[in-house]
Amino acid sequence: MAILVDEGTRLLVQGITGREGAFHTGRMLKGGTQVVAGVTPGKGGQDFEGVPVFNTVEEAAKETGANASVIFVPPPFAADAVFESLDSGMSTICCITEGIPVHDMLKVSNYMRVKEATLIGPNCPGVLSPGKSNVSIMPGDIFTPGNIGIVSRSGTLTYQIVNELTQRDIGQSTAVGIGGDPIIGTDFIEILKKFEGDPETECIVMVGEIGGNAEQRAAEYIQSEMSTPVVAYIAGFTAPEGKTMGHAGAIVSGGDSTAEAKSQALQKAGIQAATNPTEVGDLVARTLGV
Amino acid sequence: MDLYEHQGKELLREHGLETLQGIVAETPEEARAAAEKLGGPVAVKAQVLTGGRGKAGGIKVVHSPDEAEEAARQILGMDIRGHTVRKVLVEGGAEIESEMYLSVTVDREAKQPLILFSTEGGVEIEEVAETNPGAIVRLHVDPLIGLQPYQIREITFSADLSGDTAKGVGKTLQNLYSAFQKLDASLVEINPLVVTADGKVLTLDSKVTVDNSSLYRHKDIADLHDVEAADPEEQRAQEAGLQYVKLEGDVGILGNGAGLVMSTLDVVAQAGGEPANFCDVGGGADAEKISTALDIVTSNRQVKSVLFNIFGGITRGDEVARGLLSAIEQTDISLPIVVRLDGTNAEEGRQILAENTPPNVHTEETMLDAARRAVELAKDGGQ
Repeated sequence: MAILVDEGTRLLVQGITGREGAFHTGRMLKGGTQVVAGVTPGKGGQDFEGVPVFNTVEEAAKETGANASVIFVPPPFAADAVFESLDSGMSTICCITEGIPVHDMLKVSNYMRVKEATLIGPNCPGVLSPGKSNVSIMPGDIFTPGNIGIVSRSGTLTYQIVNELTQRDIGQSTAVGIGGDPIIGTDFIEILKKFEGDPETECIVMVGEIGGNAEQRAAEYIQSEMSTPVVAYIAGFTAPEGKTMGHAGAIVSGGDSTAEAKSQALQKAGIQAATNPTEVGDLVARTLGV
Repeated sequence: MDLYEHQGKELLREHGLETLQGIVAETPEEARAAAEKLGGPVAVKAQVLTGGRGKAGGIKVVHSPDEAEEAARQILGMDIRGHTVRKVLVEGGAEIESEMYLSVTVDREAKQPLILFSTEGGVEIEEVAETNPGAIVRLHVDPLIGLQPYQIREITFSADLSGDTAKGVGKTLQNLYSAFQKLDASLVEINPLVVTADGKVLTLDSKVTVDNSSLYRHKDIADLHDVEAADPEEQRAQEAGLQYVKLEGDVGILGNGAGLVMSTLDVVAQAGGEPANFCDVGGGADAEKISTALDIVTSNRQVKSVLFNIFGGITRGDEVARGLLSAIEQTDISLPIVVRLDGTNAEEGRQILAENTPPNVHTEETMLDAARRAVELAKDGGQ
């Protein structure tokens, strides 16, 4: 098993003919993902590397039975793309786009409350279940199938940690990049819950960073609700106050938002925390007894 | 993007909020003229993009044009938390009956706008939250339906407001929420919101922060960006599409991906060093982008060594190595550069670097070793 995406994922790419969309669609196809449709308004009827392109998500879903979408649409149009996917019945939506206005995401996330779907991102690398399905911009080569679940606010930090695991012959069940924006579709807790319910996932790596208090809430949840062991890592101890560190959501604005506060919350909840990405690999290996 | 008080107030006025009359002055003489025009007692207020200006002596209440000129002379050029004051706002006075606090911000946890209201205005809301949390009313708004009249009533009744004051505060809240939405703000704050002796509800001091991601649809606000106040390297990085934040230390840092770079900064600190900056060059191995980044990082004279931490993902290690070599060739840097390359084709990449690097470039296999090396080299004074 895996979470969110697997062999049953029939993927639709929104923005398939754009530069990013085209490049990553090619890679996802090579990675064995069932990419069944693409959508670019005005380009319906064309095909991209054998994948039929439609004008609307509704039409694409009806024709191809797509059940998940990945969004490579530029920021001004990305919220609209999410709404379109939501209204066309996609159950998993990964929004890769970086730079969506916060107010657009406020509308999207409040609309999500009346929908059954899961939105991952925005400003995220997507979701990858090694050997099953790649709905992401992550480099598939560094992954290997296995039993570690990864949930992270950062892309390259995820790759670094996955690499540490793969080098130790420790495979992964699913890696989920939840995104670096202030408002994201799915927080740590919902992903942790899914991993807890996945019999294949034996240990979870949670990668957090400065900004907000999602790590603290996750720490409480792990302590009270979970039996699967979690290894955590937090980045941004050296970040100054009031400066955005690359990700729009990575900003120290007092209190809970510092790496120190997050680290203390993890410690208090009895969760093992690594001080650098290499140590994450060591702690996971120790947890698994390998 | 943070706005100056006078800019934020201008925008709030456009959305129906009432403020005192104010004039911006860049010289003591202009401040005098402004005070003459406004008449009566005035406040001379430093315009800086940071808090705590009152405590730093950046706000003076004066009673004549002479005093206004003198106050402006003292305040202009003042350094407040690293920000040089280049403008003051001269504002007319008001007879204040009571002070309140009102703001709208984005609650990341609830994923909704959050209204905070308190009858204890004029002090920082964080302070009120600690000393008297019961004095703060918190209200979430569903952005799909907007602020509802009952929510406004909840606020005015909670503060026992009545008559014109209740109406005035209600109207202020409605306008402030509308400004928050229309300006794509991440924060609009009025502190204090005052009721004057003649019953007016006024925005005395305010803070407006606009979401950077929304600036493409607010060109007028984007144009308010104060290039002169920005750090020159941060400004250059922004223009080059790089994410760069200047820090205090002497180890220059570059890498790909915000999380990895943040993590690199931490590892350098753990190795006993001090990072000089945060710089994310993004994905890819574009030699020009890397050389611009290297140039910006090393133009900070504090920098004694540079740590380049790259994880090859989609862009393979060998391509990254070639891009880096060509970038180093394009720049004329004699400082020691420690390169740590990992990920896809990392070994090939390291091989390329080992065979072709100039003597000031050192390669390391792990992040920890690379951090230690860069810290040692910085301590040796970059020799």
